[in-house]
Amino acid sequence: MNYHNPSNFSDAARIARDASGVTRFLAGGTDVLVQMRAGAVTPHDIIDIKNIPGVDAITRTADGGFIIGAAVSGAQMGADADLVAAWPGVVEGMELVGSTQVQGRATLAGNLCNGSPAADSVPGLIAAGATAQIVSADGVRDIAIEDIPAGPGRSNLVKGEVIASITLPARGQGGGDAYLRFTPRTEMDIAVVGCAINLTIDGDVITSARVALGAVAPTVVLVPEAADAIIGTTLDDAAIAALMNVVSAAAKPISDKRGTAEFRKDVVGVLAKRVAKIAYARARGEAV
Amino acid sequence: MSKVHISTTVNGEAVEFLADTRDSLLDSLRDSLGLTGTKEGCGTGDCGACSVVVDGTLVCSCLMLGVEAQGKQIETIEGMANGDALHPLQRKFIEHAALQCGFCTPGILVASKALLEKNPDPSEEEVRYWLAGNLCRCTGYDKIIRAVMDAAEEMRGAA
Repeated sequence: MNYHNPSNFSDAARIARDASGVTRFLAGGTDVLVQMRAGAVTPHDIIDIKNIPGVDAITRTADGGFIIGAAVSGAQMGADADLVAAWPGVVEGMELVGSTQVQGRATLAGNLCNGSPAADSVPGLIAAGATAQIVSADGVRDIAIEDIPAGPGRSNLVKGEVIASITLPARGQGGGDAYLRFTPRTEMDIAVVGCAINLTIDGDVITSARVALGAVAPTVVLVPEAADAIIGTTLDDAAIAALMNVVSAAAKPISDKRGTAEFRKDVVGVLAKRVAKIAYARARGEAV
Repeated sequence: MSKVHISTTVNGEAVEFLADTRDSLLDSLRDSLGLTGTKEGCGTGDCGACSVVVDGTLVCSCLMLGVEAQGKQIETIEGMANGDALHPLQRKFIEHAALQCGFCTPGILVASKALLEKNPDPSEEEVRYWLAGNLCRCTGYDKIIRAVMDAAEEMRGAA
């Protein structure tokens, strides 16, 4: 196995493009090393991106958004008070990934590229309208997070492409987001169902929303019709009932050892109700 | 098989070793440097027995490559006692009998030390959540939690 330690993303992308065998980018390594250990992946070339300047930093965009470098750990996100204040749902999703030890290494970009439908950080990113900056030998492009997962363990990125950073938009006034998952235990578990909602309000009325569901389809999914169920409402009982029906109908889960499809379709509605209430309260400036 | 020359710092001491690129940091610590206090439980980041601190961050050494150690500051269980003087956490683990087989103990001590450096006055719940990634199959955890809380109290008094 060849270990590469490039000093910029263009070189990292070029090494991957020119590699003849199995290639893995290495950021936190909390999935890659597990896959190597299990014998599921035996890379010929491993490309460590952690020594690229700025890759471990959280920076602000001119309009107040956040650029999260591809090697920023969950622990770093949780320690960034501005990020936590602006996007608590995104941060609480990432912080559910693994133990304290894993939080010291695991990254948003890694959780996204690992391609698990149950990835806890991904629904929050999609609900937030986050984008990923993709670098290849041909240049740089930004794409929406929801366009990256392709199926369990697969992404739409192609050979020679690497995520350099993830951008969260400016929070703006009257916004709130939240993420909840269902697990049998409180810690160290994989989501049976996950739900993230991001919304903005004007007065008491929801003016925009995005709803993303985890672990109920081959990928994390954005459900626009669920957003439509609460936009224009004050999140009254009728809106919540509509939201619950829509997410339950949109969920296309499998039955496995963690839960049956019927159970997941039921729980996704309950989670959506709870998440919407938290996001709405946060949008109103209430501490939740 | 490609080997890479690595210079790093372990428990304050400059060390060098040759790392096979496939070696985890845990492999390098145990097999190249002879620091066998760090244990391999699962090898997949689930059990915490291999916990070490790298540049101030608690990590599983099985989830990091040995070659990634280049230029880092690494702290292991071997650096915890000051000569013959045990760290308060080590003493409290003995006093409370917070171990049986002892295999998980180095990882739990390293993780607990990292917690108390970050938060000298944790609640029991905070200790339990922080140590959720350190599995112990003997004790049932209660004695471990009591030992950490007691050590924290003593360390606050000493500070």
